[in-house]
Amino acid sequence: MGRRQPFFWTLYRDGFRNMTWGRPLVWLILLKIIILFGILRVFFFKPAMSGLTDEQKSERVGRHLTQKDTLTLNL
Amino acid sequence: MDVVIWSRIQFAMTAAYHWLFVPLTLGLALVMAVMETLYVVKKDEFWKKTAQFWIKLFAINFAVGIATGIILEFEFGTNWSNYSWFVGDMFGAPLAIEGILAFFMEATFFAVMFFGWDKVSKRFHLASTWLTGIGATVSAYWILVANGWMQNPVGTTFNPDTVRSEMASAAAFWEVVTNPVAVSKFFHSVTSGWVTGGVFVVGVSAWYLLKGREKKFALRSILIGGIVGLVGSAAVMISGDASGVHAAEFQPMKLAAAEGLEEGGKGAAFTIVPGVKVPHMLSLLATHDWNGYVPGINDILRGYTDNEGRVIPSVADKMAMGRTALDALETYRGSEDPAVKAEALALLNANVQYMGYGHLEKPEDVIPPVGVVFWAFRLMVGLGMLLALVLLLCVWFAWKGKLENCRWLLWTALWCIPLVYICGQAGWVVAEVGRQPWTIQGLLPVNVAISSLSAAAVKTTFFIFLAVFALFLIIEIRILLRAIRKGPEVEPGNA
Repeated sequence: MGRRQPFFWTLYRDGFRNMTWGRPLVWLILLKIIILFGILRVFFFKPAMSGLTDEQKSERVGRHLTQKDTLTLNL
Repeated sequence: MDVVIWSRIQFAMTAAYHWLFVPLTLGLALVMAVMETLYVVKKDEFWKKTAQFWIKLFAINFAVGIATGIILEFEFGTNWSNYSWFVGDMFGAPLAIEGILAFFMEATFFAVMFFGWDKVSKRFHLASTWLTGIGATVSAYWILVANGWMQNPVGTTFNPDTVRSEMASAAAFWEVVTNPVAVSKFFHSVTSGWVTGGVFVVGVSAWYLLKGREKKFALRSILIGGIVGLVGSAAVMISGDASGVHAAEFQPMKLAAAEGLEEGGKGAAFTIVPGVKVPHMLSLLATHDWNGYVPGINDILRGYTDNEGRVIPSVADKMAMGRTALDALETYRGSEDPAVKAEALALLNANVQYMGYGHLEKPEDVIPPVGVVFWAFRLMVGLGMLLALVLLLCVWFAWKGKLENCRWLLWTALWCIPLVYICGQAGWVVAEVGRQPWTIQGLLPVNVAISSLSAAAVKTTFFIFLAVFALFLIIEIRILLRAIRKGPEVEPGNA
């Protein structure tokens, strides 16, 4: 007799196997995650300060914060 | 249009899109949990099938809504990097707690609710359904703690060395968590979700009655959904009252804009629509005092004395103090001399609460777009009252057994589905447009919070989002409509 499998493993496994109307939803979630993380995040939403050390980030934001004459508001 | 406007439009669109899914998640969670409770208590298979149908619609909404909030976090890092750095842990801590809670509670209990009908006991399944809804509600709390802090930045200490806002102690964390703006915003948002869920259930059920289908299911659903919606409506009014009082205290310009109030005073009148006023009502709503003082836009620009006798400086004075704070920050960061640094730090700390005003060009910059806020507020309140009335009539006629023949009411209930979404979006317009020009009230205006990007880059991602969001929304509506047309004949255990 094989070892008894963990409850949550069988719950998910059987749940996905026996899906009917829920299957397109799973594909939809996967498609969305691929678009979000595989395309948008990689090509369009790189963090503006990635690669900088904390000190460099403080320096950059501090400089931006004290440049009070060069900014305009457009509400 | 410049990069600030494009970034704001993009953020507004993403947040508005996210808010299409959240209120229905919060509201349907309560409706289906009540229905499943009836199934467990009454041991009636009818309630099981009823609950399963609404869980199915909940799952569709959940699947399309999932991860839409993550896009906002992308935008924080890319478009609003100065803001992201400036807020530090004040914003990061609540969002991290939310992420962990949402992941563990929803991934665990949603799976049991969705897959576990024949695999766990009735009571365990019921607990999972309730906990799915409670998990979503607790998640909402942490998000609104973060949002509430932006509207009323309590418990924070500005560190000039790191240029970040920091929580200095556990007491500061507690102050952030119990921020009155966050608390009232949480109750207002969650209970508005109950209204959305109630209106959705009543509207869909009305469609079945109009088609002459699923009569028992539809009438029972209308009773449950209608009562949830009515309880939500009452709670929205109570929490809305608290939100009004908090706006008067912490964001008086937002309140003045929502009222189009140029000159304030004691015993201020509430404007229903231009030309129609209720004497003293604004004072009563904003201060809970018939003759309470409510400042208008010009009073705020000029400076005034509030109801507690505190002297609120003019915006010009705040701008001067803000510039002093920014100069002190510059001196502090540019100097190596301990004495100079200590003096600059003292000057900065004395004026830091007005630091954001140092970035303004003129006092009028603190006025948000009054027309937008004024009409969005009236749209929210007007639709909220209409929805409550329709829910009340539906519950009453369903209780009396006369709803099936009342076709005008059924059609109205069906058309209330788009209206409840417009109502919710209008509420966020009041909250977020009304606080302009601030990302963080008094500390950081939007034009300083922004990253150094080109408008073209933001515009490109805006249109990509627009296309992707539209596509997913069309897919969701099609899947939802197909499930609704098929009806509540869900086989037990079949997901």
